[in-house]
Parts: sequence; structure tokens; C-alpha cells
Amino acid sequence: MQQINLLLASLPDGILLGFVYGLAAMGLTLIWGVMNVINLSHGPIIALGMFGTYFLFIRAGINPYLGLFLIAALGLLLGILIYVVAVHRVINAPHLSSLLATFSVNMIIIGLGTAILTTSPYNVDFSLGSLKIGSTTLLGTRLVAALVAILYSAALYLFLYRTRPGKYIRAVANNRAAAELMGIPSSRILALSFGLGTMLAAVSGALIATFFPFNILSGGSYELKSFVISVLGGLGNPIGALFGGLILGTLEGIIPAFLETTWVPVIEFALFVLILLIRPSGLFGAEE
Amino acid sequence: MKQFRLLIIAVLLIASLVLGSCAQQPAATQAPEQPAATGAPQSEEPMTTNEVTLTIGFSSSNTGSMEVSSKRQVNGLTLWMDQVNGAGGVPLSDGTAVKFAAVTYDDESNKERVQELYTRLITEDNADFMISPYSSGLTAAASVIAEQYGKVMITAGAAEDDAYKTGNTSLFQLYTPGSLYLISTVDMLKQLDPQAKVAVVNENDKFSTSVMGGLKPYLSSEGFEIVLEEGYASDTTDFGPIINKIEASGATVLLGGGHYPDGSTFARQLYERQVGLKFISLLVAPADSKFPELGDAALGVATSSQWELKATHTEQEASGLGIEWFGPSGDDFAAAYEAAYGDSPTYHVAGGYAAGLVLQKAIIDADSVDPEKVKAALNAMNIFTFYGGIQFDTTPESHGLQISHKMVVAQWQKNAAGEFVREVIWPSDVATANPLYPIQTP
Repeated sequence: MQQINLLLASLPDGILLGFVYGLAAMGLTLIWGVMNVINLSHGPIIALGMFGTYFLFIRAGINPYLGLFLIAALGLLLGILIYVVAVHRVINAPHLSSLLATFSVNMIIIGLGTAILTTSPYNVDFSLGSLKIGSTTLLGTRLVAALVAILYSAALYLFLYRTRPGKYIRAVANNRAAAELMGIPSSRILALSFGLGTMLAAVSGALIATFFPFNILSGGSYELKSFVISVLGGLGNPIGALFGGLILGTLEGIIPAFLETTWVPVIEFALFVLILLIRPSGLFGAEE
Repeated sequence: MKQFRLLIIAVLLIASLVLGSCAQQPAATQAPEQPAATGAPQSEEPMTTNEVTLTIGFSSSNTGSMEVSSKRQVNGLTLWMDQVNGAGGVPLSDGTAVKFAAVTYDDESNKERVQELYTRLITEDNADFMISPYSSGLTAAASVIAEQYGKVMITAGAAEDDAYKTGNTSLFQLYTPGSLYLISTVDMLKQLDPQAKVAVVNENDKFSTSVMGGLKPYLSSEGFEIVLEEGYASDTTDFGPIINKIEASGATVLLGGGHYPDGSTFARQLYERQVGLKFISLLVAPADSKFPELGDAALGVATSSQWELKATHTEQEASGLGIEWFGPSGDDFAAAYEAAYGDSPTYHVAGGYAAGLVLQKAIIDADSVDPEKVKAALNAMNIFTFYGGIQFDTTPESHGLQISHKMVVAQWQKNAAGEFVREVIWPSDVATANPLYPIQTP
């Protein structure tokens, strides 16, 4: 009975977090899906999103959810800049080149971040209260974060399927050469895609900052989760990433009810390897 | 298939970054010069013609999970060094004045780097004496190297007991050992609420595990019921599932924590979920002056502290015990620290300063800088400083273990102006306020 109560208490938390994990993973998988680039600067960009919330809320007094618009815009611009400076030149080179290019960006952001912001923990003292239902406590910040993640996912879906630039992105992802022959400016579309991916990473970081302390290195663990989620949801499938996030969040809710919490990453990464071995295209990806 | 191999490479790269907390390339630096401060430890202006400068080697965690406490420890040590050098050095009977220079590197809170750096400090920088890094885990790594080269190492910020039970002869511990860390807290609980149900939830690292290893049998021997025992990884950010377990266990008191990052996160989430615990004691984090940045989540959170200015040790206390007093008073030390760093000193600062003070006293007692004579002086040492009693176990079974220093229990409370203040709540003879028990929840 105690286990059931624990499950009921932990599961909603895990699911709410799962939406935010899913949002972070969407950014990673979008970039991979469009240009076959694994963005190793994903983690530091999540951390920059966290600092965005910190500076806008603590220093400028802007509500963290209003600040999301600015953080999203800056994330988009940063992504375009990274693409132009570091990725564009190696986009047609072997995969290892783009991997190392984004790894370099990762090191630059972490190095600068450490020098300027140190690795001391930062804390955004922001609360929306909590709702207690039986043994379950729902935190306001997590509820709103999940809602924002759903809204961003829906907006991304509409953008990709209902707008001209979105259709261009899908066309470039599908066949870049054919898209270029049809007059689609593939370089600009790739830059936009990279920008959207980093925007999603920055927004997820901004949301995470409303409930967890962080430092410039904090994005690393969410980047690792994003890899697991991307594989679960199907590489290159942004909407699948949201479901992957939910699965991971649910696992994080269920496992601690039965085992010590230290088992959570062990089981998550065992699942990662298992999915790669059994179904490399992911649970929601097409069969190869 | 090629794509997935690439993916695996990517994951391994990121995993190595996360695990290693890879931040910045290390740089050898001299300890920063700090303005000369007042209240220098006892060091008379030498009437000398000779001057010798000893190299003190240590690593500090300028980045990574130990950054907050490590920097404070280094600040304390640096203050001591500036004061001694500013006063002309430590005079020896032959007229030599002993001054000190620091060589230090960023260990990135990483054990592997600590071993590299301590080897470098000894073999390339020719350090004469060593000070430990901050934290038990890093110190255990450094102690292997110091012992291997026979270098005296004062372990400033490392409480875990095991490093002193492996036959080492060159380590000398300043902190009260980990196994005794929470004894005062249990004694206080025994008086406040003998029926308390205790949840023991700690970081899975050497220090916290060592503390809990000493705590659990003591709790049982004092008749407390332990209703939950849980460990968590050092990089845990979501304490929700653990807090749910605490609630489900029916615990009324939480004893646990680890270091600053996890402890501050844990405290914040306990507050957000309004768990209704009567008492919360966490290791390390609440002892830092940054802790009230958590806002009301800090209220009522207690910690075991190696030193508090409000309960600083005095010359009168030493005299009453018949033990030799050495060094500045707590007030002079705090004033000097505030003048130099603009912040009030925590126990990590005091530990760093006391490490220098102990080395200074050993050199004075040995009347020499010869490592073997200094080691003998440390073995014979039994003194009292503002930081408390200092005496080392000299038995082969646990050589270097601290046997004289005592801890206090401190708790964050609010003063009449509504500001956060850290009050000493135990032992009762040095308490500056009554314990906030149960903690007032909003």
C-alpha cells in the first residue's frame, strides 16, 4: 500500500517533468532530423536558458514566463549565429566534423560561462505555490512548465506543418538537393532549423530554472536525457521526442517508488542501449 | 548503423563532460594577494638576518561541485599567510624568519586531477608542506600522494575517518571526524523530542556516508526510530521522489544532506512541498552565508558546524582547561576576514585559517622547518585556538585523526528585523538562541 501511495505521489511529478525533458529533446532531434548534426552545444544552451531566467527575474524583475519570449528570441538568434559560424562550413563534411564543431562551441560556452558566472549554484527564488491532493503534491511551477512545453510543442507542430518556412524545413529534411532544385534557400532554412533547435533548448532551460538550482554545467545532465529521449522517440522526430520525454519522466516517477533513486540513471541508460539494439529508429520512428 | 555509432560517440563525449564536470583548463596560479589585515597571529617582528620561504602546496576547487566551500577554505588559508608574512614571518631561535608562499591549482572538484596536481606540487613545485583540498573525497585522493612522498599534509576540510586508518603517518586532521559529526544534534534531539522519528537521507559520497555511518548506531543507542534510510547521487536535482518517501515514512525529523549544491536544492524543495518536518539538519550547505539566498526555505534549517563566530573559543576557555592558547581571538580573526573579503567567516574559512595556524605552531614548537621535526611537533600538539581544541591521535590505528575539536549545532532563524541569522542552538552552554522546534511552516 505504501508503494502505491508513493507511486501516486511521484508519478505526476515525473510526468510533468517529462514534458519539459521532451521540449529539450525536441530541439536536439529537430537539428538531427533536418541536417544530421548532433548538436553537442545543446547542454550549455540549456544552461544559458537557465541563466536567462535568472538575470531577467532576479536582476530585471521580469516574470519568468514573460521572460520566456525574450529567451526564445535570443535562443533563436544564438542558434543562427552558431550555425553560421561553426556548422555551415562543415555541413557537408563527414559527421565527425560537425560533431567536433558543436563540441568546440560547447567548450567555448562552458569556458566563458565558468569564467564569468563561476560554477557556484544559482537559484531563482520563484514559487507559484502547490496543490495537495491526497499524497500527491503538485507544484505550480512544474504545472505551468508542463503547460508551456505543450504549447511550444503544438506551436512547433503548427509551424512545421502549416507554414511555408515549416514546409521548407520538412522539405530540406526530406531531400536537401531536391528542395534546392525547387528554389528553397536551403542554407537559410538550415540556419533557421538550428535556431529553432537552440530556441527549444533555451526555453526548456528557462523553465527548469524555475524549479531547480543550476550552474553553467547543469545543462549536461539534461543533454544526456535528451539523447535518451531522442532515441526513445525516434531520431529526427520532434513530436516523438515529446512522447519520449513523457516516458522518461514516467520512469523517473515510478522507479523511486520501488528502488533507491540512485537506480534511476542506471535504468534510463540501460533502456537507451536496449532501444538502440532492438529498435534503433526509436519507439516512434519509422522502420529502417 | 554509421549514424548510431556517431550517436554513441556523442553520448560518450557528453557523458565524459558531465562526469568530469569539464570546465576550464587548469592554470597554475599563486594564491591571490590579499590586503594585509589586522589581528595577525602571534608572530613577533624577527630580529633576523636570514629569511626562508616555505612553499605551501594545495589544490582548490575553483570550479565544480565543491567550489563554494573550497574557495572559502582557501580564503582563510590565504588570510593566515598574508598576516604571518606581513608580520615578518615565523621567527626561529637561530634568527631565521620563516615566510610562506602558496602554489595552487584548480582541481575542478575532480579526484583524478587532485592526484595529478599533488604529484606536480611535490615533484615539480617542490612544495615543503601540503594543505588538503576541500572535501573528504578529494582529500582521500590527495592523501595517497602526500603519504607516498612523505609530505606533511594538514587536512583542513575533510572529516571522513577512513583516510586516517590506513597506516598514514603524515596526515593531520583539523575537523571533528565524520563519524562524530551529528552526535551533538542527536544529543539535542534527545532533550527536545525523544520520540522523534528520524529519516536519514544523505549524498552518496565518502564524507556524508562516513557521517551517517557514525550517526545511525548512535541514534539507535539513544532510542530513536530510524524510519527511512536513503542515499542520493551527488548531482541530484529533483528531490521530489525522495521527499515523497520522507512523507510516506512518517518521519518528523530529517538528518542528512551532503554538500552545498545538493543541500541547498534539497532544502528548497522540502520547503516548496511543505513536508511538515519538525526539524531539518543538513550537512555543510546551511553553514554557508549564501544559504539564506533560498529565502524562507532557509528558515529553521540547522547544520552541524565546526566553528561559529557566535560561539568562538576563547583564551579563558583554554585557560580553564589548562591547555595552551595559540593565535588570534575569534573576533580579531573575523574582523580581519571581513576587512579582507567583505563577508563574515564561515567554518570553512576558519578551517582554512586554522590549518595555517597549526602549521605555524608546529614550526615554532619544532624550532625548525625540517619536516620530520615539524611532524613530531604535530604529533605532540595539544593546543586551543579560536577554532577550538587541536590534538591528533598518535596511535598507529588511526594516526592523525582529530581527537580534541568539538562541534556546535547552528540553525537559521530570523532576528527582530526579519533578517536571517545563524544562531548557535547547541550545546546549551554556548547557545545564542533556543532551537526553533518545530520549524514554523507558512
